[in-house]
Amino acid sequence: MNFINDFGISVFGYSDFSSFIIIILKILAIVLPLLISVAYLTLAERRVIGLMQLRKGPNVVGPFGLFQPFADALKLMSKETIIPKEANKFLFLLAPMITFILALIAWAVIPFDENNVLADINVGILYLFAVSSLAVYGIIIAGWASNSKYAFLGALRSAAQMVSYEVSIGLIIITVLLCVGSLNLTDIVNAQKNVWFAIPLLPMFVMFFISVLAETNRAPFDLPEGESELVAGYFVEYSSMSFALFFLGEYANMILMSALTVTLFLGGWLPIIDVYPLNEVPGVIWFIIKIIFILFIFLWVRASTPRYRYDQLMRLGWKIFLPFSLVWVVLTAGFLVFFDIVPKSI
Amino acid sequence: MYYSILFYIFSFFVILSSVGVITSKNPVYCVLYLILAFINSAILFLFLNAEFLAMLLIVVYVGAVAVLFLFVVMMLNINIEEKKSKFLKFKPLSVILGSIILVEFLYFFIMDNSTLEKLSNTPNLEQKNNTISLGNILYTDFALLFQMCGVILLVAMIGAIVLTLRKRPGVKKQIIKNQVDTKKEDVIEVVSVKNNEGA
Repeated sequence: MNFINDFGISVFGYSDFSSFIIIILKILAIVLPLLISVAYLTLAERRVIGLMQLRKGPNVVGPFGLFQPFADALKLMSKETIIPKEANKFLFLLAPMITFILALIAWAVIPFDENNVLADINVGILYLFAVSSLAVYGIIIAGWASNSKYAFLGALRSAAQMVSYEVSIGLIIITVLLCVGSLNLTDIVNAQKNVWFAIPLLPMFVMFFISVLAETNRAPFDLPEGESELVAGYFVEYSSMSFALFFLGEYANMILMSALTVTLFLGGWLPIIDVYPLNEVPGVIWFIIKIIFILFIFLWVRASTPRYRYDQLMRLGWKIFLPFSLVWVVLTAGFLVFFDIVPKSI
Repeated sequence: MYYSILFYIFSFFVILSSVGVITSKNPVYCVLYLILAFINSAILFLFLNAEFLAMLLIVVYVGAVAVLFLFVVMMLNINIEEKKSKFLKFKPLSVILGSIILVEFLYFFIMDNSTLEKLSNTPNLEQKNNTISLGNILYTDFALLFQMCGVILLVAMIGAIVLTLRKRPGVKKQIIKNQVDTKKEDVIEVVSVKNNEGA
């Protein structure tokens, strides 16, 4: 019940030193694999898009180009950190940190398996929603602090875009919550034991995925970066490690949003069908396979769709997704009440 | 013990950042201080076991309202010196207003214990999830009041739209329906031109 205890914020409150160490080790066990997957996601992106466009992609460094991410990281770290003369130094350096930290702290509540979650809080989904709505600050502060027109325009685009699509994401999450009766992510996955929510709520699943593309500033909604008209958008003035933090944060956010999609709609750690050889596979493996599947669609969309125009993007968010998801919330609520199958709260 | 130390740390930051909101010269800093104040008060909600309210505070105020504030303030070109002189001009008025509010709060919380007792009638959080308790209060006990608040907000929203909506002539706007309804015959004319006679 007690959030502070559940969350492990009160590191001083632990009865002994060993439980404090255990928490630190658990955090490392989440963050390190995450950072390695971010590194390989960048490689996968270049390889997959390359193959889709009948190119080879990076295949020279190491076997199949597997050491490419490390080569990139070393190159980035050896670069000079440049801070523009007229920039606001404090905010300029704060912005990449915000982006990166927010992309990491959200993982605290993601359930990897039954009873395998760092902080099993009872408002888990709201926590994720709150963290993802804070992500816009890293971008908008970066755009303003750089004191550059291109960065500022990119930041403004991004802020408007993320705030718009958050509305429909929120309504879609409400639809799922109506079918679960709890805000806890473990309960959400357990409620999908009979059928994954992607099947009864298929339109919501599709809309959620498209909104996630907009929320993470990915193609076809990557207008904040818009290299053809804004150079590179909000991080045009960044170099070296500060750029690397933005880069890592963006990709960690992609993985996070895929994990959220999997948890809400694809049954989290649950196997595809609950039969003998499949349900012996550990839940973490299923979870990772599903995340990789969603990430592949991210890359697929990027390789195959042209970029939206900004007014089209806003129209899609406000005039199509918002009314449609709102109607779906009302329909779902009406359906549950009419057939008297409203899930009883715990 | 540890909780009270943490509580005082976060309350200190709430007060510090609230002071920052009204004393900063740069309006962007004001909004950033405001965000810091919101986040710290959300953490104070967590100490009261009100995690739903805490998350809601962050989602609504930090994630949406403050973003729009920041959005507008960053686009304004405010002269910092000018802002400072205005701040001092309103000093007597703000001191009077502030002291009235302070006296009211003191009366409310110290003198008049009966209202406080009514307010402290919170549901037992040990037995019930606080999301559920809040839902019961809002949507069952005070459903009518809640809907009235909703209607007032709706009126305010419509008012804001009516005030800012204006039809400007000569704006080129894409009308999706017209574009989709366009047929090949409407836009393409196939002309067979004789040899050496075309324009």
